[in-house]
Amino acid sequence: MRRLKILEYALSSLLRRKYKNLSLVIVYALTISILASILFLTHALKQEAEAVFSDAPNLIVQKLFAGRHDLISTDDIHLIRKIPGVGDVHPRYWGYYFDALSQSNYTFMGIREGLPGLKLVEGQMPAEEGECTIGRGVARAQFTGLGDQLVLIDSRNKSVKFRIVGIFDAASNLLSNDLVLMTRKGIQKFFDFPSNRATDIVVEVYNPEEISTVAAKIRKMLPGTRPIAKDEIFRTYDSVFNWRSGMMLTLFSAALFAFSILAWDKATGISGAEKNEIGILKAVGWDTADILELKFWEGIVISFTALLGGLTAAFVHVFFFNAPLLTPVLKGWSVLFPTFRLTPYIDLYQVFVIALLTVAPYIACTVIPSWKAAVTDPEMVMRS
Amino acid sequence: MGLLFFFSRVCLTREERVIPAKRELVKTLELTDLAIWTEARYTRHPSQADCFTPFQDSPSAFEHFPAGSILAPGRPADSTTTLQIRR
Repeated sequence: MRRLKILEYALSSLLRRKYKNLSLVIVYALTISILASILFLTHALKQEAEAVFSDAPNLIVQKLFAGRHDLISTDDIHLIRKIPGVGDVHPRYWGYYFDALSQSNYTFMGIREGLPGLKLVEGQMPAEEGECTIGRGVARAQFTGLGDQLVLIDSRNKSVKFRIVGIFDAASNLLSNDLVLMTRKGIQKFFDFPSNRATDIVVEVYNPEEISTVAAKIRKMLPGTRPIAKDEIFRTYDSVFNWRSGMMLTLFSAALFAFSILAWDKATGISGAEKNEIGILKAVGWDTADILELKFWEGIVISFTALLGGLTAAFVHVFFFNAPLLTPVLKGWSVLFPTFRLTPYIDLYQVFVIALLTVAPYIACTVIPSWKAAVTDPEMVMRS
Repeated sequence: MGLLFFFSRVCLTREERVIPAKRELVKTLELTDLAIWTEARYTRHPSQADCFTPFQDSPSAFEHFPAGSILAPGRPADSTTTLQIRR
């Protein structure tokens, strides 16, 4: 009952200074929303990568020449196929194309003929040399659509026309925004691939436990190559969206710094009116413990209101509006940046971390100066 | 907050229907990376690029693409592979 009375007094005390406390809650909530937006965005992207790349190739073998990625000989396929535990081994043909007109980079991929249509493709897959399937970003950059023509300049500086037979669905933008799919023959001719060369080789390994062993055997057999296991894709996205990555460090540290200023301002002193209030409470018979409890409840009410407000604002910003304040940081110089709707994967551990990082220091910053005032003689406090 | 959690559950259920289609896309086209950073070769396919790729354009070249500063510095090497080769 006593505790409830103190809580009631704390609420009425906060209401007495409502404009000051409201502005404090707004600034506090904004800081939390920046921290939470970064965590929500990076976690959602990491989860998306983990969910979709579980069916990525087991092993990709690249050729290195003078430390740079080079075209690999398709003769190596026969050698790799002989390794026990290895299933299908086939070449991949892909490359990059800079479109001077839209100043954007496209990713070209050559696919095997006769591939079945995909759920996320409107239209069909390219089946002939002059056909292509493109991502939404490419269609937007070229102002084209299904059934139109895509005019590109090949490696001999000649313009080549492709008929657009399919467009990727917007739901796959995060994977296919800059893709231009064509047949293997089409891409070989376009980039003038040497006859026995491919971009890299895809290796299927029957037992996932043996991937690293097969990779080691390939490196031993073909010293100039670099096998990339599926695990490395997950590791890459884990480190890209890790808290130590550049984006997290830059934005996260800025937001934490702003919060530190807020907490420091609170910790360096309490206002004269607040000191006066503490003095009066002491004079009418309140214990130091009661005053500390009162300030603790005040801190709890402010910080939890700000936490809830901040988390809600971050959620709405990232998952309703697709993080418009953070995407320019992600975008960099990318001309073809995908428009994507993120799935609200929320890590409760991260929410607890935000709560711990913000609520605990704030309450400490509220209680400590009040304790200093509460242990002083009431008359001295009121006079000062 | 309760409403937001309810909304996230609805979205997750909806997304769970699209995920198999996305996985089919990745499997069929043998994709390895998200199409987020299209500004440079090593940022378009970070999982396929070397840690030192940004500095290959010329000796001692500085990183100049903004996405290069977003990507974490390198990924841990596959220790199993290295150990077996050394043996």
